Amino acid sequence: MSSCFPEILLIGYGNPGRMDDGLGPALAAKIEENPVDGIIVDADYQLTVEDSVDISKYEIVIFADAAVTGDAPFFFKKVHSISPSGISSHSVSPGEVLYLVETMFQAKTTAYVLGIRGYEFERFEERLSEGAKKNLEAAFEFIMNLVQSGKLIESAGSICNK
Amino acid sequence: MAKTKVVEIEPLTRVEGHGKVSIHLDDHNNVKEARLHIVEFRGFERFIKGRPFWEVPVIVQRLCGICPVSHQLASAKAMDLIVGAKKLTPTAEKVRRLMNYGQIMQSHVLHFFHLCSPDILFGFDADPKIRNIFGVIRKMPDLAVQGVMMRKYGQEIIKATSGKKIHGTGAVPGGVNKNVSIEERDSFLKDIDRMKTWALSALNLAKNYTLDHIDTVETFAAFNSSHLSLVREDGALDLYHGKLRAIDAGGNLIFDQVDYQNYSDYIMEEVRSWSYNKFPFIKSRGHIDGWYRVGPLSRMNTAGFIDTPEAQTAMEEFKGLTRGKPNHMSLAYHWARMIEVLHCVEKIEELLNDPDLQGNDLLVKGDRAEEGIGVIEAPRGTLFHHYRVNEDGQVTYCNLIVSSTNNNEAMNRAVTKVAHDHISGRPKITEGMLNHVEVAIRAYDPCLSCATHALGQMPLVVEMYDPGGSLLERRGKCV
Repeated sequence: MSSCFPEILLIGYGNPGRMDDGLGPALAAKIEENPVDGIIVDADYQLTVEDSVDISKYEIVIFADAAVTGDAPFFFKKVHSISPSGISSHSVSPGEVLYLVETMFQAKTTAYVLGIRGYEFERFEERLSEGAKKNLEAAFEFIMNLVQSGKLIESAGSICNK
Repeated sequence: MAKTKVVEIEPLTRVEGHGKVSIHLDDHNNVKEARLHIVEFRGFERFIKGRPFWEVPVIVQRLCGICPVSHQLASAKAMDLIVGAKKLTPTAEKVRRLMNYGQIMQSHVLHFFHLCSPDILFGFDADPKIRNIFGVIRKMPDLAVQGVMMRKYGQEIIKATSGKKIHGTGAVPGGVNKNVSIEERDSFLKDIDRMKTWALSALNLAKNYTLDHIDTVETFAAFNSSHLSLVREDGALDLYHGKLRAIDAGGNLIFDQVDYQNYSDYIMEEVRSWSYNKFPFIKSRGHIDGWYRVGPLSRMNTAGFIDTPEAQTAMEEFKGLTRGKPNHMSLAYHWARMIEVLHCVEKIEELLNDPDLQGNDLLVKGDRAEEGIGVIEAPRGTLFHHYRVNEDGQVTYCNLIVSSTNNNEAMNRAVTKVAHDHISGRPKITEGMLNHVEVAIRAYDPCLSCATHALGQMPLVVEMYDPGGSLLERRGKCV
């Protein structure tokens, strides 16, 4: 078992003004209301280049975002850095942020994406659909169990022990 | 009779929001017409009707994920008048000013380091695989890190003054809901010298690019225009508050020291069938000749001086390039933008050393009014928020003239000029040629989400049609 206790950063991002697009910030808010040791949360409209500064200080980062397609209630997978040929400042992808973390700050943060399935994105309303609310609950339980079980920390053991 | 081909660039890469450029060519590839279309529309002005006025400074931040602070502050200034707060407390005004300087700093820095620097470091025609921020990281890693760290600094100032990153609540009708703590102040002060050093470095990069490429800068998307901005009563640059000043292409005053509560006596908006974005113009000059530019370049042209020493020195050098006459070069926006970054850093330092930031007198109230207009200098230019509120406190009228809308005609002219200069008559349209058009638009740093009062982003698609309207070529880019 790893002898260090890496802190986990969870960034929930999306636009709460576009219904289920706000699932990421909603998860961040829910964790903030029910804090547990070892996880720090942040929220924003979208991932941007400067997120790489904070991420580079953590062993593990979880990008929590609404998923337009894919499995319900959520999917959880590891992220690998990517170096695309173009970029928008409006948002960057988790893989692109990770690339910045590695190239600009020489950090080896382990990254995961938590995609919470949403269903309604088009309307200009600040609420979650009923389906999205259920998926948010499931994602919250999953993250709490994952953090408390120490499984993520074990997966980052090679980093901790370096 | 020659038929027409259409080249469309949709949407633009490295421009905030969603836009499309269409370039109409004839059989000989000569440009017949070029336009910047705004293709998404959400009707935000209608959406806001019926909302309680005190919610507005938070709600309007949905207009844009890039400059929510500018909308928060402009609407808060309008709502100050609704609650009868004709003069804010020193703490409230200084906290708001700090927020605005943080916003302009981080927005300009993001644009320069991450949107513009690939073009000026690698050239407009460079391979798009290297002409991007990742190419900058590889070529000039220190510059890339400075850009990220400066952006972060500005964002942290916003967080400290606005309360949080999403839907910040710092500016409220009548003042602010928090001051700046000693701890927050000290955390910013410890990095301020580094910010100033980096701001000077970026300023030199932008200035040297302009001077080293003056033949290009003087002609690329350069055209005469009027300019408009807020200025202080003594004519100084003021990014938070002031009176409206407009000058013509020769630098002569069109109007000056106009109270923006009377903006509709001086500015009108024209609707054109092919764009959701409106076209504002100065009433006295009519809709043909009354268009104008806003933003950093215009502010350098309209303002008489800057009240911070290093930015003032930089402004004098900037004005020296055109011997004190207005600068009409679109690419000079970059230099002007970096002067403003330096000014913001100097102002942030000045405010951080002001004990009023720690004051507890945050709110003012007076007699309720039915109408309020708030105007602020946003990163991209002058931003107008106009509201009417009924006796139940519900918004009954909303009109927004956002910064990028003010530059609508100018951006269309920039597209047309560059298309004529760089595409017309060429046998084959290359990616580099199309990027010239984007470089011209990027100089204005348009926020097309704001311009249409919408939220959204899309990949780039370039389409070319033959004279009969059939698709000849389609280019796609990921953003």
